[in-house]
Amino acid sequence: MTALRYVYAVCRPLTAPLQAELRGVAGAPARQLEHHGLIAVVSQVPDSDFSEEALRTRLEDMDWLTATARAHQNVIDALTGVTTPLPLRMATVFRDDSAVRVMMEKREDAFRHALDRLDGRVEWGVKIFMENTDGEGGGDGGEDTGARTGSAAPKAMSGRDYLRQRRMRTTAREEQWRQVEEFARRLHESLSAQAEDSRLHAPQNPQLSGAAGRNVLNAAYLVPRARSEEFVTLVDRTKDDTPGIRVELTGPWAAYSFTGLAEESAGEPT
Amino acid sequence: MTVVERREIALVDLLDRLLAGGVVITGDVTLRIADVDLVRIDLNALISSVNENVPSPWPEAE
Repeated sequence: MTALRYVYAVCRPLTAPLQAELRGVAGAPARQLEHHGLIAVVSQVPDSDFSEEALRTRLEDMDWLTATARAHQNVIDALTGVTTPLPLRMATVFRDDSAVRVMMEKREDAFRHALDRLDGRVEWGVKIFMENTDGEGGGDGGEDTGARTGSAAPKAMSGRDYLRQRRMRTTAREEQWRQVEEFARRLHESLSAQAEDSRLHAPQNPQLSGAAGRNVLNAAYLVPRARSEEFVTLVDRTKDDTPGIRVELTGPWAAYSFTGLAEESAGEPT
Repeated sequence: MTVVERREIALVDLLDRLLAGGVVITGDVTLRIADVDLVRIDLNALISSVNENVPSPWPEAE
């Protein structure tokens, strides 16, 4: 078995020590690798898990994916306590220390640029859900929706009544949807105004997230630490507005969504 | 409406960032898995795990 190098993040040299027992993927100790005044935080991983072929299989393994993602986050989290790390995409792996150094040298300028831009910033996640009101018997569909599908005596309803009710329910749902969209648009606008940058992630599939309701907005905001309290208060203040809408806040995260370095542009200072 | 804060990090939130965020560098080993592939793979893993009716791998909100 050969040991590869898993790289978690690139940072400026730490002014406070990293926690001594910090463990990364597969429980291996995380350490710093310095090159030209930048450090990469790395740990050893076995190529039996991280060669391309092995990795393809591993990523299909829910337990492995979960453990690896949490281990990655654990290292980034520890770094966030002492510096502003530039996190790398999960499962970025090199053959040995010298290959990591080559990579750092090639992207030195881009790394410094990104680290300057992100210094002292954190990421906050905000999700908006439209809560499912269908099960409530369509209380938003108007008071005169007498009989309901599945309730007693469906025979009593004429075809025309049925179609009318159906249309009302659809209209009510569309109206609710419109309200939620409007709410999301406004909240995103006011949060963006408080943030230095924002990014929209794909809405989460409820089957995957296990969250109730429909995910309408899944956004990330880049906010200076010093203004985080203000930002959180702003999210919190939306609390009283609209029934049927749920807002979830996550963070603070390292600025995962704002590293702004794609493979194509890396190494080219802009 | 309710605002929920700072509970245990949900795996989906983590994967949004780990698989769609972070600096993309093709490692020199053999990792040339495109973003799309990674996302597809993670969805496959999640969906199959959900469909098998195994307990949720991440803690439910409490």
